[in-house]
Parts: sequence; structure tokens; C-alpha cells
Amino acid sequence: MTPLLEVQNLTTRFHTLDGIVHAVNGISYTLEEGETLGIVGESGCGKSVSVLSIMGLIPEPPGKIAAGQVLYRGQDLLKLDEAQMQHIRGHEVAMVFQDPMTSLNPVLTVGRQISETLTVHLGMSEEHACLRAVELLGMVGIPQPDDRYGDYPHQFSGGMRQRAMIAMALACAPSILIADEPTTALDVTIQAQIIDLVKTLRERLGMAVIWITHDLGVVAGLAEKMIVMYAGFIVERGNVDDIYGNPRHPYTLALLKSLPRVDRSSQEKLATIPGLPPDLLGLPPGCPFAPRCAYEVERCRQENPQLAQIGRDHEIACWVDVTTGRER
Amino acid sequence: MTRYIIRRLLQAIPLLLIISLILFFLMRNTGDPLATMGGRRLTRPEDRERLARQLGLDQPLFVQYLYWLIGNDWTKVDMDGDGVAETPGDRRGVLRGEFGKSLVTRGKPVLDIIWERLPNTLLLMIPAELIIILLSLALGVYSALRQYSVADHVVTAISFVGYSMPIFFIALVTMYIFAVKFRNWGLPYLPTVGMFDPQLGKTPGQIARHMVLPIFSMTFISIAGYSRYVRSQMLEVLSEDYIRTARAKGLPRKMVIVGHALKNAALPLVTIVGLDIPLLLAGAVVTEKIFAWPGMGRLFLDHVSRADTPVVMGILMLISVAVVVSQLITDIVYAWLDPRIRYT
Amino acid sequence: METAIKGSVASIPDESEAPPLSPGELIWRRFRRHKMALAGVTTLILLILYSLAGTLVFSEAFANYTDTSLRLMPPSATHPFGTDTVGRDILARTIYGGQISLLIGLFAVVVEVIVGVLIGAIAGYYGGWIDAILMRFTEAMFNIPQLFLLLVMAKFFGGKIPTIDIFGRTFSGSVVVIVFIIGLTSWMYLARIVRANFLSLKEREFVLAARTTGTKNLAIIFQHILPNSMAPIIVSATLSVANAILTEAYISFLGLGVQPPTATWGNMLDGAYNYIETAPWLWIFPGMLIVLTVLSINFVGDGLRDALDPRTLTQ
Repeated sequence: MTPLLEVQNLTTRFHTLDGIVHAVNGISYTLEEGETLGIVGESGCGKSVSVLSIMGLIPEPPGKIAAGQVLYRGQDLLKLDEAQMQHIRGHEVAMVFQDPMTSLNPVLTVGRQISETLTVHLGMSEEHACLRAVELLGMVGIPQPDDRYGDYPHQFSGGMRQRAMIAMALACAPSILIADEPTTALDVTIQAQIIDLVKTLRERLGMAVIWITHDLGVVAGLAEKMIVMYAGFIVERGNVDDIYGNPRHPYTLALLKSLPRVDRSSQEKLATIPGLPPDLLGLPPGCPFAPRCAYEVERCRQENPQLAQIGRDHEIACWVDVTTGRER
Repeated sequence: MTRYIIRRLLQAIPLLLIISLILFFLMRNTGDPLATMGGRRLTRPEDRERLARQLGLDQPLFVQYLYWLIGNDWTKVDMDGDGVAETPGDRRGVLRGEFGKSLVTRGKPVLDIIWERLPNTLLLMIPAELIIILLSLALGVYSALRQYSVADHVVTAISFVGYSMPIFFIALVTMYIFAVKFRNWGLPYLPTVGMFDPQLGKTPGQIARHMVLPIFSMTFISIAGYSRYVRSQMLEVLSEDYIRTARAKGLPRKMVIVGHALKNAALPLVTIVGLDIPLLLAGAVVTEKIFAWPGMGRLFLDHVSRADTPVVMGILMLISVAVVVSQLITDIVYAWLDPRIRYT
Repeated sequence: METAIKGSVASIPDESEAPPLSPGELIWRRFRRHKMALAGVTTLILLILYSLAGTLVFSEAFANYTDTSLRLMPPSATHPFGTDTVGRDILARTIYGGQISLLIGLFAVVVEVIVGVLIGAIAGYYGGWIDAILMRFTEAMFNIPQLFLLLVMAKFFGGKIPTIDIFGRTFSGSVVVIVFIIGLTSWMYLARIVRANFLSLKEREFVLAARTTGTKNLAIIFQHILPNSMAPIIVSATLSVANAILTEAYISFLGLGVQPPTATWGNMLDGAYNYIETAPWLWIFPGMLIVLTVLSINFVGDGLRDALDPRTLTQ
């Protein structure tokens, strides 16, 4: 069966005055119907750029998708023209962004911002779209949706705005929902509510979800598959349970170690990853994580490892076996 | 929203008072105060004394200001110099529309003189303002959408140069090209003098043809400046997150630009327009002089050069009030248009 | 072996090799990147040279020398810019006119900066009712259209100052009056900027530190806070020079500015529209010079604004 979404060797670069920024370096993954994929990584590792590339929202110039294919139901999205992509966006593949305050148009009513997708993509009449939008607002848990339809974004609280964004994204019942750090700007209790909301909705609508976050805790409760990104590369890929139960990439290990845990003593120092993420302008040859890696061997500096299978549903890109500390 | 309107109105009142104070102070120190407030140049000492008493010039400055503002017909003035106030005054004061009498046109009330010429200036200013708004928006958006293209660079270059030109230079250049040269080349040319050709009568067609060059001169600089502003606003808006969201929803380009971007980018232009009124007025003065347009600007020039303080001060006061009022209206309109202010 | 390894490792710049640039150097560097600003500076220098050096070629008497038999002659070898309505050489007049126009522009801004900075600093620093009164006053002045106010003041104060003789040149008293009245009607924008700056800076720690050591208020204002707000003042002042030159041109054009025979670019254009068809050189040359000057100053101001942008300076 063809996967719903197949990303193959996606490579995106930005040509800036200071040089070429290698934002995404040949990443590949698949997404099946109704599946949830988590993309994890630090700020600047290319998670957002990769999904924006899928949506065709990378400004060209200065950006350029240099290589790769994005097969949605077998069709390469990167080869579609703007008009065709407009049909896909918001309709087949929808996106929710990080900051709901800046991501909603301040001078248009929230209801209008939802109903316009319905009129554009589904050809609904204004009236019908209006009614449907109110329904959607109710569906995402906004009280008194008929009143709220005519309200403006600034009249909503942060959590409510994000719910409205989700309503906007789901309006046309897309097959894939891409959520780019949707809860990072919200506080923890609201975060939990939003995650619950998405879980309920994805079941109800049978949607596939790509959830981007830097928070490992979120992925664990939400996704079936995950990829860990670093400096535009995928360093670990596979089943969420396998990766959490048996992390094998030094970066993933370090990330998990740096999570504060309730069951540890408060006297223990919080582990951090020394050093800084690499400058994407001039990536050195070899593994990008090598300078900060605790398991580094000489080969790491010279050659960049490819993803290799180490379990049924578990791949890592590393020269070293972290259980033994020696080269594999 | 109503609270905002009330607050702005209340703010405007002390502002107008301070302006009136400044202008009163200016008026007392320029020219002959007796003539200024009385409207006649008197030479006989007794007449001057009498008028001085009547105008309250023997009173402390604050009282003088008061009388000037609200007249003295509600109180008694000492007319015969015996220290006892017995005659009611006859001035109604500025607030009730009495600006004195012209020194130059034989005691004609200032307000009447201004009223005659005001419509002509409005005939230039109102279309000019509309043209400025529309063309600045059009050019600014066009430039922003074609950023870094040849068209954008050309428009930016012309804007920069246009913005650095004095109005009279533009007026002279357009006069030279469209009136003089066109006539020499046998092309239909535009008139440059007055409001209409006396031989053809004061018809709307005539007036319209005569309006073209003056309005063009008045608007060129403002359009040059504001189109750049709109361009930068538009570029800023286009890089905002909500535009990315609009695109991510698969909305067609035109809808994103007009329905989403323009609504945000055009909003600050409203306030700018309000600020433009003083500049337009200044432009009117120069343009009316060059094109011999019988408006308030030219009136002002004529009467300043003849030291007719009452008329000059009257005009100054009226246009200052006009500026304050137009800013008030602009602020209220902006507050009404921006939902973040309207619904707080 | 060694060279191979060096080549394969990304080189990290050695911090000890390049000392950090001083703010002045940083500003100059960024200014240099603006080609238009550099063009503006060059043009301005040329224009200033034109006005100054020109006096070595033509004397002022020559510039004011009228010979009606030569009136309204087109540009020729003897009179490269032609002659005006009373036979004066236009080239010489643009040179001397340039001096006056530039001088007025410069000194008017000096007046404007002094007044604007004082009012803005006092309002911003002391706050309270002083601020309220000063700001109401500023706003009131803002609302009175400048040109009208200037015309009135020029007319009524114009004759009050007699002609002055400095450096062997005679200046009409109206020049001084114009300088002051332009300065006194243009300070409002600067005052607002300075006040905004002071309002934010006075809460900073270095001010608190200065206060705790007993520094007097005046010293805090002028020696501590003011030097930190120089950037917007410089940019605003630069653009104000262009504005002042334009303003002087406006009122001189309208006949109420500097009085002849002293020439300014503005008053040379007065009445030129009567001869628009027959003698376009009357207004083309002084007009172009005004446009060139203002344009150059605008470019320089733009470049300065980017070079002095506080957001990037504090990084």
C-alpha cells in the first residue's frame, strides 16, 4: 500500500549574503494514513523548514529546495505549480503554527478566518460556511461559538486562539495535520488540553498528524513514530516505544538524560549537552554532532554516517555502538 | 470606543486653548495691536485711547486674552477714562466667530473675507487628499509586490527625488512641460492661470482643467513620500506570521494580498493622512501663488505682505483649528477601523 | 600530514587576532556599505566646495551687479547660467546664494537642536506636570502649520535686525531672523524623540548609579543620558538640515524670506514663473541645486539612520 506521505531525500538550502545555509540535508521518512509522527530536535535543526518545504511555503529566493521528493498519495508535491499547491494546502494538508497570537490576522474575525477556507476549498456559500465554522469552533471546545464567531483574535486567550487555529486547519477535513510546536507558546495546563484535543480529533477524523516539538515528553504520549533531527539531518528514526525504551544515538541519549525527572534526586545536577549547535553555513565534513558527542571516535569527524537499521523499526545514523562505546 | 472618543475630545480642548494662547501672544506682538483688534488704523490720540479702553488694552494681559476669546459684550467697559466701567462692550470674541476687521479692505469682517476664498482652496485640497491616498496605496503596494524588480527601483528612485523637491520646482517643471512645451509642440495643453478662463466663463469643465496642474504639483511630493511608506508597511506585513498562515490555508494570492495583507498595511496610512493636512495647506499657499488660484493661501500671502494682521491671524487660527479637528477625526476613524482598539 | 588535517577541520577564527571595532569604526563601516549615502556625502562636499570656492572666482559685488542691458540673457560663455531679470549673473548668484541657503540650513538646525533637546530632555527627565505642560505646548506648536507661522513671523520680525557685516560680507538682517524662526518652529519633532529616549533611559541602572553618587540632575542629563541618545538626534538633525533648506527656499520664494540683493536659491526663483517660457534658466539652475542638495542630505540621513540603528549597535 502506498504510504500517505513519503518524503525522500528532502534537501533545502538558503542562499544568503553570508553564504549558503544548509537547513535540511537529505531527510526521508514515511507517514501512513492515520499515523502520528513526531519530529524532535533543538531550535534551528531544520524541523520547521522541512515541513514548510513540504507545504511549498519556503520563500524562493532566498530558499531553494535543492533535491528530493515529497510524495503525497504518490504525487510529488515539489513538482506541482502554485495553483495546484493552493489546492493541496489547507484542504489535503493543513498546518498549525507555533504562536497563535501572531499567526492569526488581527483585523479579521476568527470566524471569518475559518469560513474562508470553506468557501475557497469546498465552494460553500457564505451562510453555510458561517454555520459550519460555528460548528467547528464548538468542536474544538470554544464555549458559545456563535458569539465567538464574530470576535477578533485579541479577544481570545492564548489557549482559545490555538483551538481556533486548529479549527481553521481542520475545517476542510485534511488527510494530514502538521503541527509546528503548537503548544510551545502556551502554559503547561493549556498544553495538555490542546494535546488531548488533537488526540480526540485525529481519532474522530482519521487524520494523520506530524507533530513537531523540542519537548520529548509530548512526543511520548502522542506519536507512534518519531524522527530525531540534528543540524538538518535525521539522526534517529523509528518507533516511539523502541526509541524511548532503547535510545541508541548519542544525541537522543543526551536529550533524554537532560530531561528533569520526578524520580531522581533533586541534588543531582541536570545534565546538559556541552557546546553549541553547528553553524549551518559551514557544516564540517563528518557527523554534525561529533564536536559535542561523548562517544566520538576519529571516524566521526571524517565521515557523516547514514541511517542504518539496528532494530525492526529503529534506525540510527552513528558510527558508534553506545552500549559498548566502540565502533560498530 | 466611546470612552476613547470622549477622551480624545477632552484632550483636544486644552490643545486648542494653548494654540489660541500662542496665537494671541503672537498677534499682540506683531503690528499695531489696536489696529489688529479694532480693525482700523486710528491716528488721533483720543480715538486711540478710546479704542484702547474699549478693547480692554488697559487691562492686564489675562483679561485681554479673555475678551479676545469670548468678547466683552457681556461686561461693562470704561469708555470715558474715569475708572468706572459703565458702557457695555461690543465685541463678541473669537469663539463666537468675530475675528476682527480687515485693515486693508476697509473694515470688512475677517470671517467674510476668508469665507469667500475658502471653498476654492477646498476645491484643490479635497481632491488632492483623495488622490494622494489612492495613488500612494496603489504605488506602494505595486512596489512591494515587485520588490527588487526594475519597476520597484524606478518607482523608489523617482520617489526619493520627488520627495526632495520643493513644491514650486515641481510646479514650475510641470508648468514648463505641460503648458509651455505642449503648446509649442501643438499638443493640447493645460492652463496655468487662475480658476477659469474669463472668456469661457466659470464652468465646471473650465475649473476642472485649471485644477489639473495645481493638484498635480500639490500631490506629487506627498505621493512620493507615502508610497514609500506604504511599500515598507506592506513588506513588513507580508513577512508576518498570519500571512504565512493565510498561504498555508491555500488561499489564492489575490485574497492573501488584498483581504489579509492590505487591510493591515493600509491602516497606519489613515493616521499619516491626518498629519498631511498642514503640509497640504502649505502646498496650497505656494501652488495658489504660482497658478494664480484664488484661494485662501493666496489670500494669506496677499494680506501678510500688506501687514493685515486681523486677516492673517484669523486664517492662522482657522487652519490650526482645522488641523486639530482633522487629527481628531483621523484618530477616531483609525480607532474605529482597527478592531484591536474598537473592541477592547 | 599536518596540512591535510588543518584543511579538513573547519577553521574557527582566532579571537585574539581581530580586536573588536570601536563604535565609531563600526558606524563608519556600516555607513560605507550604503552606496547612495556615500554618493550623497560626495555630492554635498562638492556643493559646499562650489559655494565656498566660487567666492574665489566671483566677488559678491559681481553677483549683485545689475546691468539691465544684459537682462534675461540665455546661458553663454560669459554667463554660463545666463542672467536674471536685472542683468545679474546667475552662476555667481547661485554660488553666493548657495552659501546663504546652506548657512541658514545649518544654523537653523543648530537652533532647532538646542531648543528641541532642552525641551525634550527636561520633559523626559523630570516628568510629571513639567512634562505635561511642555508636551501640550509641543503638540500645540505641531498643530500650527509651519509655513503660515513662518510667513507671519518673517514679515513682522524681518525688519527688526539691521544688516550685519562679517568677514567683509554684508548679510541682510533677515538672514538672522530666518535662521531663528525656522529653528523655533522646527524643534517639535526632535523634542519628542529626545523625550522618548530620556523616558526610557532614565530608568536604567547607570542613571541610578549616578544619582546615588550624588551627581546633580543637570550633570546627569547632559553628561550621562544625553550622550546615549546621540544617534537619533544626529539622524534627525541631518534630515532637518534638508528640511530647513527647503523651508528657507519656500519663504524666500514667496518673497518673505531673505531679501534681495542678498541671493538665496529660494529667492532667485521668486517671480521666475513669469518668465517660464522665455527664460527657463532662471529657475532651472537654482531649482536643480536645491533638489541636489536636499536629495544628497536625504541619502546621507538614510545611511546614517541605518548605520546608527541602536538595535544593531547594542549587539
